[in-house]
Amino acid sequence: MKKRNLSEKIRQWYEGELSFDEKIAEPVVHIPAGTHDQQPPETKTKIRIVHRLENTEIKISRVGYGVLSVVFCLIICSILISTALFLPGFADKEAPTANEVYEHYVGAGRDQTGAVNTVAGMILDYRAFDTLGESFVLFTATCAVLLLLEGHKAALNRAKSTFTYATDPIVGIAAKIVVPVILVFGVYVLFNGHLSPGGGFSGGAILGTGLILYAQAYGDERAARVIPAGAIRGITIAALSFYCLSKSYSFFTGNEFNGVHSVIGPGTPGDFLSGGLILPLNLAVGLVVCCTMYTFYMIFTRGRLD
Amino acid sequence: MRFVENFPFITIVLSLFSAVICFALKDKRARFVSYSLLGAGILMSASVLVYNLTSETGYFVYRMGHYDAPIGNEIAAGVLEPFFVLLFEVMMLLSLLGGSYKIETDVEPSKHRLFCIMVNLTHAALTALCYTNDIFTAYVFVEICTIASCALLMARKRTRPLVAATRYMMFSLIGSSLLLVGIVLLYSVTGHLLFPQLYASIQALWTTGQYTLPLTVALGLIVSGLAIKSGLCPFHWWMRDTYATATPAASGILSGVISKAYIFLLIKIIGRVISREIYVQSGIHTVLLIFGVAGMMVGSLSAIQTHNLNFMLAYSSAAQIGYIYMGLGLGTDAALLASLFQMVAHALTKPMLFLSAMGLSDTVGKRQDFDALRGSAHWNPVAGIGYAAGALSMVGLPIFAGFIPKLLFSLSAFGHDWKTYVILVALAISTILNVVYFLRTMVNTYGPERVAMERRKITFRTARTFSVVVLIMALINLIVGLHAQPIISLFEKGIHIFTTIR
Amino acid sequence: MNITLNLEELTAMLLFGIGFTMLVFSRNLLKKVLGLNIIDTGVYLFLASMGYIEGNLTPIVPPTGPVDPGIYINPIPTGLVLTGIVVSVSFSALMLALAVRLYKKYRTLNLDEIYARCDREDGED
Repeated sequence: MKKRNLSEKIRQWYEGELSFDEKIAEPVVHIPAGTHDQQPPETKTKIRIVHRLENTEIKISRVGYGVLSVVFCLIICSILISTALFLPGFADKEAPTANEVYEHYVGAGRDQTGAVNTVAGMILDYRAFDTLGESFVLFTATCAVLLLLEGHKAALNRAKSTFTYATDPIVGIAAKIVVPVILVFGVYVLFNGHLSPGGGFSGGAILGTGLILYAQAYGDERAARVIPAGAIRGITIAALSFYCLSKSYSFFTGNEFNGVHSVIGPGTPGDFLSGGLILPLNLAVGLVVCCTMYTFYMIFTRGRLD
Repeated sequence: MRFVENFPFITIVLSLFSAVICFALKDKRARFVSYSLLGAGILMSASVLVYNLTSETGYFVYRMGHYDAPIGNEIAAGVLEPFFVLLFEVMMLLSLLGGSYKIETDVEPSKHRLFCIMVNLTHAALTALCYTNDIFTAYVFVEICTIASCALLMARKRTRPLVAATRYMMFSLIGSSLLLVGIVLLYSVTGHLLFPQLYASIQALWTTGQYTLPLTVALGLIVSGLAIKSGLCPFHWWMRDTYATATPAASGILSGVISKAYIFLLIKIIGRVISREIYVQSGIHTVLLIFGVAGMMVGSLSAIQTHNLNFMLAYSSAAQIGYIYMGLGLGTDAALLASLFQMVAHALTKPMLFLSAMGLSDTVGKRQDFDALRGSAHWNPVAGIGYAAGALSMVGLPIFAGFIPKLLFSLSAFGHDWKTYVILVALAISTILNVVYFLRTMVNTYGPERVAMERRKITFRTARTFSVVVLIMALINLIVGLHAQPIISLFEKGIHIFTTIR
Repeated sequence: MNITLNLEELTAMLLFGIGFTMLVFSRNLLKKVLGLNIIDTGVYLFLASMGYIEGNLTPIVPPTGPVDPGIYINPIPTGLVLTGIVVSVSFSALMLALAVRLYKKYRTLNLDEIYARCDREDGED
């Protein structure tokens, strides 16, 4: 009898009648039928919140998550902290990281790369491949955000409700004073990356902040008019292309068997025009970072660049 | 002839550059640029492979900049690296061509350009992941790969892919954070980032017994981070939605190529950084073995229970990833070879299965359930052939590519006391389970129709590119299955280079 | 074992653990993004404290004359922090864009609810 049952079951499974399929989760929210589309979103949200507070399943799962997360947090923290206890001590002169690589970067970096700021020399010359990858992480993220939100109604709807502070006596005037200062400071940081703390990433972030402040204060419509979308796209493309090509050149000439030697020298350390490719690369990275930040802002608030 | 040594770096930079160029181009041109770049990449990696096979050492290091290893950055290529890059590029190009008519309808017209950019970036990241000789560069390109593959998934214009992408990103973020903190811990105890120097200082630390705990934790975190990103068993829950909701070309790329790239990076790190002895002594391999076997079972059992073709294929991916980790869990050269071959077999088969499943479900109005698909192979004969070949290969029938790794796994399993039994029993059970779910669907697609519905006939003529691509994939699968010996000897040489030349 | 010597590393690891738990167990998408940023903050703190050497200066060397490497801190972790920041910004932007789209569709950020409703509807937009 039992055997027959089993063969019957196998037959059913084969025919696709038997369903021990994954249980389709019960609807968590029970919005009364017919009201779903008519009510404004606020009411829908209210109904949902009420239902969530009443739903015991969610309550249980919330408690379960709470307990689990505390236990998990304790476990992972204790593993990592016990690891940290056995690490080399803080600010230790004998730590394994204070090795010949560090000594070379600091000791010989200035004469080999021409950059007084050894961090800039390290990220844009010795380990330039990483930094190339980094700029492309930003580019990938920009494209992914554009893919998700550009021209989509989720972002476009918000454009109507944006409010400008242009006539506001405090914000408008303050922005008028502060934005140029921020932009000039950003350009300074950008162009002095090889001489002083700063460089492409920080300078670009400062420039981006200035642009975002402008868009916040005067409304993104005006910002979109003043800073055309084509310019943002063009700058991104030009900067990244320049980065790719110049680094290809230095990678290609870096290997002797190609028989080509780099014509770009380190220059006189400390001069404004020194450090070989570091200054133009800083500029390119800075423009990419600036455009990325501004694109993120505009896409999130406005849904499009123009 | 040393000019060939430039090719890895040219491939990487050129595909990054063409991603930028595509940003400025119109759809058609962008597609042309990115596809032809994949073609150029195939040529270049093939020549690097031939160059390394014929050269004396079979291995070269290329400086990325003007300075040598501990100071500068570098990439390195043995025999395995160009081979896998070649495999990934071929499978990417084939799945994009085969799924191109579906991409037309699945992706919004204004977003085609961005889809092409993502293809380029994925290509660059995969190449860099295979060739890199620096652990932090590997991290950067892992992140590019994650974002770009997530974007490939999200490109489809529905909400469900977004939910799937959220799930995928959650697991990826967990993996990335573990990988990052592992790399940072490793740097803090060794002071190096390049593979050869890391290897030397790990060896020195392990023999002196200094910093053993941080070292073990760091290595464990790196391995588990990459394992999570590639979808090892308890972390494979993103797979179902991800593979089932992406456009079929993207599912093929995600399952066949991207998860393999993470595994290849892991194999490279185990071989070149951690070294076999420390990997075995630290006991990481046993953990991987257990999770791998669990993945085989869980994936197959879930695949049996579902009634949706794409869900079934996704769960079977989880099972196949389990096989690879089972091989890594043994920690011998023979098992590593079996794992590498399993990667090849899976990368060759899965995109073909996803494309054929797309072809089959298109005949019945995009429905995916088995009831509707019954008899659909008669309506799209080429997809039927592709699906049958893929299913037989996954089951492990001789003459198909999927048979070889199963044979190699069972041969390499002997002589490991309890692990021998575990692996042999797991292989037997999992093969039976594979047979159960793959043959059922395969026979179903050729069976009589059950549901009365409107069907669309797709012949060789109406979908020419698709048909040619599926037939080429089936042919490659057969050739690899019939002539496995050259690939096996190539892998032997590659593993030898991996473990001897530092 | 040196508890007093490693307070910075301990704090960094604590931050990592808190952020990681938030990333794994919080069901709110925004809180997950916050957790990701806390993780990254922990890693930056760890890197910054790793690069510091007692009493040394920022690695900006004088333009002329010999350079004594012994009086500057390690520049490598600084570069790694830069990469970490870039990656974290990119991931945050991507996740927030996803959150905007999902919120517009489902009017909630609770992932359980989103998954459940997505399974239930399973239809086109």
